[in-house]
Amino acid sequence: MNKQALDGQALDGQVMDDQVMSVQAMAMLLFSLLARPQQMASLDLRSWDLFIRQARNADLLGRVYELVAEHQLFDEVPLPVRPHLLSARRVARRHSAMVRFELGNLLGTLAKLDSPVVVLKGAAYVLAGLPAAPGRVFSDIDLMVAKDRLNEAETLLKVQAWVSSADGYDDKYYRQWMHELPPLQHLKRHTLLDLHHAILPQTARLKPSSAQLFASALPVDGYPNAYVLCPEDMVLHSATHLFQDDEFKHGARDLVDLDTLLRHFGRDEQFWSRLVPRAAVMDLARPLYYALRFCRRMLETPVPDFVMAQAAQEGRPVWPLAGAMDKLFERALLPDHPSCIDRFSGVAKWLLYIRSHYLRMPFHLLLPHLFHKAFISPINARREERKAENRPTIERLIAEKARG
Amino acid sequence: MIVVDYSEQALQGLISGPGVSFGVGPFTVKLQSTLGHLADDIRLMYASYPVSTQPFADFHVRLDRPFGLRRWLRPQVNFTQDTRTPFKPLPLEQSFAMLEWGLNWCISSQCHQYLIVHAAVVERGGLALIMPAPPGSGKSTLCAGLVARGWRLLTDELALVSLEQPGQVIALPRPVSLKNESIDVIRAFAPEQIIGPVARDTAKGTVAHMAAPLDSVSRAAESALSSLLIFPKYIPASSTKILPRQKAASFMELAEQSFNFNVLGELGFHALKQVLDSCDCYDLSYSELDDVIPALEQLIDARAESSKLDSLGLRRAVSGE
Repeated sequence: MNKQALDGQALDGQVMDDQVMSVQAMAMLLFSLLARPQQMASLDLRSWDLFIRQARNADLLGRVYELVAEHQLFDEVPLPVRPHLLSARRVARRHSAMVRFELGNLLGTLAKLDSPVVVLKGAAYVLAGLPAAPGRVFSDIDLMVAKDRLNEAETLLKVQAWVSSADGYDDKYYRQWMHELPPLQHLKRHTLLDLHHAILPQTARLKPSSAQLFASALPVDGYPNAYVLCPEDMVLHSATHLFQDDEFKHGARDLVDLDTLLRHFGRDEQFWSRLVPRAAVMDLARPLYYALRFCRRMLETPVPDFVMAQAAQEGRPVWPLAGAMDKLFERALLPDHPSCIDRFSGVAKWLLYIRSHYLRMPFHLLLPHLFHKAFISPINARREERKAENRPTIERLIAEKARG
Repeated sequence: MIVVDYSEQALQGLISGPGVSFGVGPFTVKLQSTLGHLADDIRLMYASYPVSTQPFADFHVRLDRPFGLRRWLRPQVNFTQDTRTPFKPLPLEQSFAMLEWGLNWCISSQCHQYLIVHAAVVERGGLALIMPAPPGSGKSTLCAGLVARGWRLLTDELALVSLEQPGQVIALPRPVSLKNESIDVIRAFAPEQIIGPVARDTAKGTVAHMAAPLDSVSRAAESALSSLLIFPKYIPASSTKILPRQKAASFMELAEQSFNFNVLGELGFHALKQVLDSCDCYDLSYSELDDVIPALEQLIDARAESSKLDSLGLRRAVSGE
């Protein structure tokens, strides 16, 4: 599907003539335009209608604005479309300001650790002023500290009203097996914070070394204790997050992050020659292979051939699997929108969900966990709900007051 | 072409098929639904709204019955914008109310080309009266009453404050949401007004909507200059009282009632300041519509008179700072 659509056949042909787009062209519309923003200049209103919806559902509308601005296309954007892009820009700017504000607080609080704090993912792009930051929206902030400082960090944060609401089972599950604490939330501002000590669960099949990540991390101006991952590790983490660890809710956005990082860091040739060897050292060649392959395929990322060949050698799965994974990822990476869903999309996402769990922990741990999630957690949740319903109002008010 | 130009059957066919697009103030809504009765509600409540033929819509929304066993036991309805479902399903009889709440959500969460304030806005003689108020203050009742007496409806819930033209409020005439006792109050006060389907036992009690009058809908493209900022409060068996209010406190209250003041930051601050600059601010308590409406008419007409003098330079210049 991808090759033809990417060659611009769909856009130069059908769409321009204001005919009905092919199903494939519709599914690839968002990626095609992100890869070739200049084509927005000749997009008809019907295609804009679909484009805006796909971008909004993929949380990429802010990114679209930035591309429009960067390529000076705003005057070409039809009038009814413009407010959507402006609004998305304003939301993204607000997010970015909030992230800076929270990071300032968090890094100040964690200064007492006297130990490096690595800012990860979106927040790192903001802090390091990378081109992946403008237009991005955030669901949480990710920080990483050394594992032996995790408890101390948690206590410091708790004093500043960052607390977890995980129940007993989830809490234990996170602390025992995961690469992060259960998600923390600020009691007043409701910002979410993931505090990591690694980038993959302790039970995962791949074992990237946190010590190596810390050792190569780069300091950030203006914050004595703040670091961001070095360019290669930043790409590897983003690839790992997308292809190893999570469901594909933000698949399209994460792929765009990767594309933007690769284009930016890739201007330095040294980066390309360091990337695959670093992946091999970090035990992350497989996710890097997928990242490079799909960035190239869906977003036309200029990955040099020699890097692609190196990555394939280090990280390409064996023959029958490689083909199957292509089919699954192709579907899962498209934006979550009816125009991008075919009859296999559901199966693909389900298989990838199973896969992510399989990669996350061995079966003897996984099965009891899934059993708990499927049968015990809902019962507990319902019990809690009922308790909350029955609680006298005045008590609830006092509790709220105590919390607020 | 307007919505009511479609026959019931034709509209039903569009809604359950490719969807129908209509203009609501500055927005185009494209509606699709598998619900059989929705076309009737739309024809009643959105009768005179312009049908849009442009292939772009601001919001693509759907109302459908969720799948599952409940379908047969307790029929429900789901609101979706594309793939997003901001609310849990509601009982089927609340379908129309859910559409209204869903549109409120779309506008207030995505349209940051305006400063959006939770307030009713009505206009008379080109001047806008803004009534921000928490639920239960009688804002919607008063708004419906004023509209029934010939004031133009700009909005009963979401005031769209322009970020470009100082102090201007953009019209978003939509059905006025009436709750509990106010439904009967308005039925008695203005029996000629169209009241839509009644939804009982909603999170807000019993809810029904009063259709926006034809004149308000057809003048949706006209914005109005904010001129009076009034904080109404319904106090049973009280007489109408209108007392001046401090601008600073009014500013803070308005900011508090805004959906996107924090998203807009400085832009929002300036837009709000321009509203305050062009407004006289009052606290209002009332119980009888027949009593309060003439008082407000007097107030806004006096204001119009003084603005006229202002523009002739006979009184103090309007402070722009």
